[in-house]
Amino acid sequence: MVPDLHGFGPVLLEGTLMTVRLAVASCAVGIVLGLLGAAAKLSGSPVLRALGGAYSTVLRGIPELLVVLMIYFGASTVLMAAARPFGYAGYIELSPFVAGVTALGLTFGAYATEVFRGALQAIPPGQSEAARALGMGRVLAFRRVTLPQVWRLALPGLGNLFMVLLKDTALISVIGLEELMRMTAFAVGRTKEPFTFYLAAALIYLVLTALTTLALSAMERRAARGHGRR
Amino acid sequence: MDLRLMVDSLPQLLLGMLATLELVALSGALGVVLAVPVALARVSPRAWVRAAPLGYIFFLRGTPLLVQIFLVYYGLGQFETVRESVLWPVLREAYWCAIIAFTLNTSAYTAEILRGAIQAVPPGEVEAARALGMSHALTLRRVVLPRAVRMALPAYGNEVILMVKGSALASTITLLDLTGMARTIIAKTYKPLEIFLAAGLLYLLITLVITRLIRRAETHLSTTANPRPKGRP
Repeated sequence: MVPDLHGFGPVLLEGTLMTVRLAVASCAVGIVLGLLGAAAKLSGSPVLRALGGAYSTVLRGIPELLVVLMIYFGASTVLMAAARPFGYAGYIELSPFVAGVTALGLTFGAYATEVFRGALQAIPPGQSEAARALGMGRVLAFRRVTLPQVWRLALPGLGNLFMVLLKDTALISVIGLEELMRMTAFAVGRTKEPFTFYLAAALIYLVLTALTTLALSAMERRAARGHGRR
Repeated sequence: MDLRLMVDSLPQLLLGMLATLELVALSGALGVVLAVPVALARVSPRAWVRAAPLGYIFFLRGTPLLVQIFLVYYGLGQFETVRESVLWPVLREAYWCAIIAFTLNTSAYTAEILRGAIQAVPPGEVEAARALGMSHALTLRRVVLPRAVRMALPAYGNEVILMVKGSALASTITLLDLTGMARTIIAKTYKPLEIFLAAGLLYLLITLVITRLIRRAETHLSTTANPRPKGRP
């Protein structure tokens, strides 16, 4: 059963490429934010702990769509207010891609904060103490001993988050980024065949999630090499 | 920051919040009803019954909710048979399309949660019930499902919160839920920051209350937290 796409196949493919680009960029931003969030939540300073806690609670508690809209429409208000003292009175607008990466990265980071926190807490403190006793500095001990294990422990959780992120990229079509959903809507407008095209988009998303599942299980196997039963 | 505006738009936002809660409650309830048979099929001893709902679950969990909503709202109208059917007055309404899409979506996730919980019921309990002469259906109703529901509750709580957040997508098909209402107010006032912030706070309130309610239900249903009074069997 191959649906007739009336020559809109390449357009959908172009959108798919943008979807993938958006997901990868947001994931990178989210991982950095997640590590920072986890570090803040586990730090000795109560102020940092409260900030980390507030970040992950607030962004996990409000809808992704609202975050996207807030960043896209709210950021220009803030940026314009910030630019006015410098003598710039024009209109500033965030590009949909930047707004999308920011919004999805922030959401991913909030969930990743909890994943990384769990992973960091699962590593016995004796290991970094041993590394310190061998004369490693704090940074070196973190980089050589703690971080490689965090990757192994956090990967399954991060993988789930990436699957959610991949599907959430569809929301960025609402602010006009030409990713898969937007391109599909464009094709629907031209052909008046909404079911055919939204089904095609759904199947493309299915292929993406299936490929991601395969890639993730390969990555998990690699991260866990030398560990557990064989 | 225009605090006045935030306060002034509160009545409208609360109206939107009510619509959000209604969407979540209705589709959540229907979703559970749909999830139970799907989960039971997934744990059936017969391989073909187990395999039957796989495609359903794979599709609904592997595609974005937005695509599912658009498939129902815009997609179904493509077919003349649908447009001429008695169901068209229902399927034409954005409200019912949202309910249908949300129900199907949550049923797939809930079914998987329930399947995990059913499989976690200790087999000894099922065997004991069977040994006492309970039929298959009675064992299911008296032993397996009550145990499974208790175990599924924490995960289901997360699913309800995801539903609340997902319900914001109803605003993309013109519904005036909390997000939709916020967007309408912004279209009139051009103050996105204040209104989205107020809406965000209301969403936070919803998720906080739901988290509390689920936690209370967990302790209420927990057998170790409230042991049976002595003297009762």
